[in-house]
Amino acid sequence: MTATIASSVLDTGATFTGLRCRECGQGYPPGAKHVCEDVCFGPLEVSYDYDEIRRRVSRRQIEAGPASIWRYRDFLPVVGDPVDVGTGFTPLLKADRLARYLGLEALYIKNDGVNMPTLSFKDRVVSVALTRARELGFSTVSCASTGNLANSTAAIAAHAGLKCCVFIPSDLEAGKVLGTLVYKPTLMAVRGNYDQVNRLCSEVANTHGWGFVNINLRPYYAEGSKTLGYEVIEQLGWQLPDHIVAPLASGSLFTKIRKGFNEFIKTGLVEERPVRFSGAQAEGCSPIAQAFEAGRDFISPVKPDTIAKSIAIGNPADGPYALDIARETGGTITAVNDQEIVEGIQLLAEHEGVFTETAGGTTIAVLRKLVMAGRIEPSERTVAYITGNGLKTTEAVTGVVGEPHLIDAQLASFDTAWEQVQMLQHASLNGGAG
Amino acid sequence: MAVQVLIPTPLQKFTANEACVALEAGDVNALIEGLEGRFPGLKARLCDDTGKLRRFLNIYVNSEDIRFLDNQTTALRDGDEVSIVPAVAGG
Repeated sequence: MTATIASSVLDTGATFTGLRCRECGQGYPPGAKHVCEDVCFGPLEVSYDYDEIRRRVSRRQIEAGPASIWRYRDFLPVVGDPVDVGTGFTPLLKADRLARYLGLEALYIKNDGVNMPTLSFKDRVVSVALTRARELGFSTVSCASTGNLANSTAAIAAHAGLKCCVFIPSDLEAGKVLGTLVYKPTLMAVRGNYDQVNRLCSEVANTHGWGFVNINLRPYYAEGSKTLGYEVIEQLGWQLPDHIVAPLASGSLFTKIRKGFNEFIKTGLVEERPVRFSGAQAEGCSPIAQAFEAGRDFISPVKPDTIAKSIAIGNPADGPYALDIARETGGTITAVNDQEIVEGIQLLAEHEGVFTETAGGTTIAVLRKLVMAGRIEPSERTVAYITGNGLKTTEAVTGVVGEPHLIDAQLASFDTAWEQVQMLQHASLNGGAG
Repeated sequence: MAVQVLIPTPLQKFTANEACVALEAGDVNALIEGLEGRFPGLKARLCDDTGKLRRFLNIYVNSEDIRFLDNQTTALRDGDEVSIVPAVAGG
């Protein structure tokens, strides 16, 4: 049965062959299914015919593709025309000023805070999930979200003409609520934390026949994150970095960046070399960092309490895999507190002109902590993944970044204010030196 | 009165497509045994060979994850609602 379906997928020009359980290897046809229901409830993952991909792809062929994730479509689990909203191929910024400040020789910022259409890396996973949702015949799509996924699902569903109903915790930042409502989905704000929202959605998914991007479409959805691995390789001139730092929520992004790296090695697009993987969590929700520190191979769930709401998942489904990767590659998983997260946001903005949300602040704060602890060598070519935009979580920095100087539209008023600014700067410089 | 158990879709083939099953059980372990008694084969889906709950499966008692309670020895009372939910990714 599986083999028949697999060959029919290949007949359509797709390179994926079905779904396979990550735990026990049981195969399934490529439908809307996310757990190994015949054996062990492990997560299902898309499998591919890598010989076929290797035959099709080359650096030149990829470079000639669209400036979006769809330049890598031979590595993505879709059959027909993709839902292409220009997602992906975001800037890889060489962050020289921040590198100097931290004491690194080569630091790069992968800036998905300017991803299209909704300014977070979620546009990658949703583009893939909704393409597959359409192929599988769903007319309504849905998700459980900490904010960014809600924005992305609502926006891309609008573009694709799919009905949309999304679920969020009721305490999200105003920008994330507004940035979902504007696309006119049905928005359910659930009294509870993300893990409770997710559990509710699992039960809704059982009964409503919708395509939930992070539940029954999860195997396809998660594959979208691999493009964050491909792009970094291509943008580094077809080379792997030495060390990456990425935020950990469910742990899925982390595992898929690695899968992306490995697939480019496997298909001959990049030369193999060791890459260290380090993960960033907020102290107020750090179940994976706690397990890493304690040397455990299982995750004890926690109840989130942090300003980094977009990564506040207390019961991370891919946590065990993230732990394995950090350990196997000689990386680390660590957490920073809310104040350090805000400092991380400010550091990136003041040194590189990139305004990130709290998840990005967490990543930069952990990057700083790892450098200070000697866990990242100065000579390592390091990539920090910035996954979301600061304009969505302005609450986090309100009152911290200062106020504008209010003046009249007269030169004298400006001169007085400017003098005060100079005096204050002088005083703070002297204070800093003293 | 008994405990109400919400059965996820993938397991409903064991329960003759019943989405909700009523059982008498003193704790989560007894509930799993009770389910196995009525729907043979179900326990092997929920637990590994040592009887430990599979790591990608979550059980909630009245919406609380049993890992915040007493895991598989979490006590159950008449009227409690138990949900069995496979782990899902997020964001």
